[in-house]
Amino acid sequence: MAVARDIPLPHADEVPAIPDLRHSFSDRRSLRNTVLTVLLWAVSLLAAVPLISVLAMLVIRGGGRLGLELFTELPPAGFEPGGGFGNAVVGTLVMVAIASLFSVPFGILGGVFLGVVAPESRLADATRFIAKVLTGFPSILAGVFVYAWLVLAMGTYSAIAGGAALAVLMLPTVMLTAEQSVRMVPQRMKDAAHGMGCTDAQMVWKVVLPTALPGILTGIMLAVAGAAGNSAPLLFTALFSNYWIGSFTEPTASLAILIYNFSGMPFPNQIELAWAASLVLVLIVLVFNIASRLVGSSKV
Amino acid sequence: MTSAPDKASRFAPDGSISQPPTRGEVVADRAFRALAFTSGALVVLLLAYILWKIGLQAAPAMERYGLGFLTGAVWDPGRSEFGVLAEIWGTLYSSILALALAGFFGVSVAIFLTQDFLDARLSRVFRTVIEMLAAIPSVVYGLWGIYVVIPALRPVAAWLHDVFGWFPLFSTSLSGPGMAPAVIVLAIMVLPTVAAISQDAFSLIPYRIKEAAYGLGTTRWEAIMKVMLPTASSGIFASLVLGFGRALGETMALAMLIGNSNQISLSLFSPANTLASLLASQFPEAGGVEVQALMFAAVVLLLISLAVNICGTVIMAFSSKQKVS
Repeated sequence: MAVARDIPLPHADEVPAIPDLRHSFSDRRSLRNTVLTVLLWAVSLLAAVPLISVLAMLVIRGGGRLGLELFTELPPAGFEPGGGFGNAVVGTLVMVAIASLFSVPFGILGGVFLGVVAPESRLADATRFIAKVLTGFPSILAGVFVYAWLVLAMGTYSAIAGGAALAVLMLPTVMLTAEQSVRMVPQRMKDAAHGMGCTDAQMVWKVVLPTALPGILTGIMLAVAGAAGNSAPLLFTALFSNYWIGSFTEPTASLAILIYNFSGMPFPNQIELAWAASLVLVLIVLVFNIASRLVGSSKV
Repeated sequence: MTSAPDKASRFAPDGSISQPPTRGEVVADRAFRALAFTSGALVVLLLAYILWKIGLQAAPAMERYGLGFLTGAVWDPGRSEFGVLAEIWGTLYSSILALALAGFFGVSVAIFLTQDFLDARLSRVFRTVIEMLAAIPSVVYGLWGIYVVIPALRPVAAWLHDVFGWFPLFSTSLSGPGMAPAVIVLAIMVLPTVAAISQDAFSLIPYRIKEAAYGLGTTRWEAIMKVMLPTASSGIFASLVLGFGRALGETMALAMLIGNSNQISLSLFSPANTLASLLASQFPEAGGVEVQALMFAAVVLLLISLAVNICGTVIMAFSSKQKVS
């Protein structure tokens, strides 16, 4: 303390010039900074406008028609008033269920293969790579593929073909998210299971899958949400039908195709129905999306 | 020990509950591994089967039209004359324009969300809003495009055509569906992909790099432009390539908005066509030779989009590996 006081203070003229640290908004650099920040806010908020506009239009133009008869009646023809799209709602749900039936078990098993059974193997590398590439696969090509594979073989458009096309699109999503969530299971839990004498199958069934379940469910919900809204692969696999679904081997209606068909019609009633169907479709998709978030956020 | 020691309990000391797997368990384990292996192999086989099936259907058309299919711009089922040059042009042109828009907005959104412009809770809300853009089905965007985007664009397009009509981009006027509304909707649909992957690229940058930049006295934007953007550039590039892949394959919204007209034009307001929307609009009513030609078109789309997606996946793997080391 005493020492510090003994140091002579420098004279004013010996003080080195202190850099000016005051912040000035008129400085060129900080002006540029402010301008860019304002622009970024504007651009980012503008990016959210389409979502708001779409949702607002759905509620305004589709909300008026919302009612029970939409789900219990069949699509109207030409100049007919009223009507609904009950068969399309059922058809969409049936085809998504068929797609899930195929893609969920194989997707989870494939994810377990990638994450636990043989993560480093050459086949796993190839599978992972191709699954990633397939997540960007044009959905219409899944329809072309199933047309060439099932529709030509069965000789008819069908709910099964539509479901198969959706399954092709769901599989990579389910598999990759399953792999990720299986990998999140701590290694020491797997080691503990092995240490107790579990076989790989028991370890996966009793430790890995229950622990990874929330993550796997998230992936399934997201894949289902995507499949429910997808229409391109259904165009020439399930086609469309104006009647209730009678069997899995006949052309089947879906909400997405109904919207596509009705949007181009010159009748105001059909266009109103297209908006109402869009609202219902978006609600279905959003429900699955939100469910996936809720399930995912309850992760350990 | 009263009972004869069987194979299972030979290794276990008295009173131990542990035992080697029984035969049933071993069989179950084998079966499970085989099943898991098959499911893994299924994806590889699936892609091979897709290529083979579509290729087989397209083979007659490939033999008949050869490379002329790619250079012809006529699609006339009546005269059995097919060429997809106009569709290839439309696919690439619309995707590139959409990507330019989506890239600008997507990267801006990624910066907005990762560079501390918003507090954590608000940024989570905004991120959800952007992700929801990807959840809206393609047909709904198509419907929205017909009844919102096209009417909104019409006066703007008319004005641009009147004033800048000499400029190739505005050389025609917008009469309903066309390139411009398709590109706008396509950009909205690709934006979430670009934003999500670029966000990952930004958030992979270690915080100390930003601190170092600030420590040198940069403003926030100098740090973003001169340090963060170059560091994240390979991830952003991957996001653009993958977004491009998405744009190439988008079908329904484009089939509803682009006008499905077989012509090659630079104008933003003239109708055009893409490979995917050609398939969507022609396939349901096609028969015979036209189906084969459409299968050929599907092969072209398949090869283009596989090439782009493979590039994107490789670049992304490369860029995330680079960050870790």
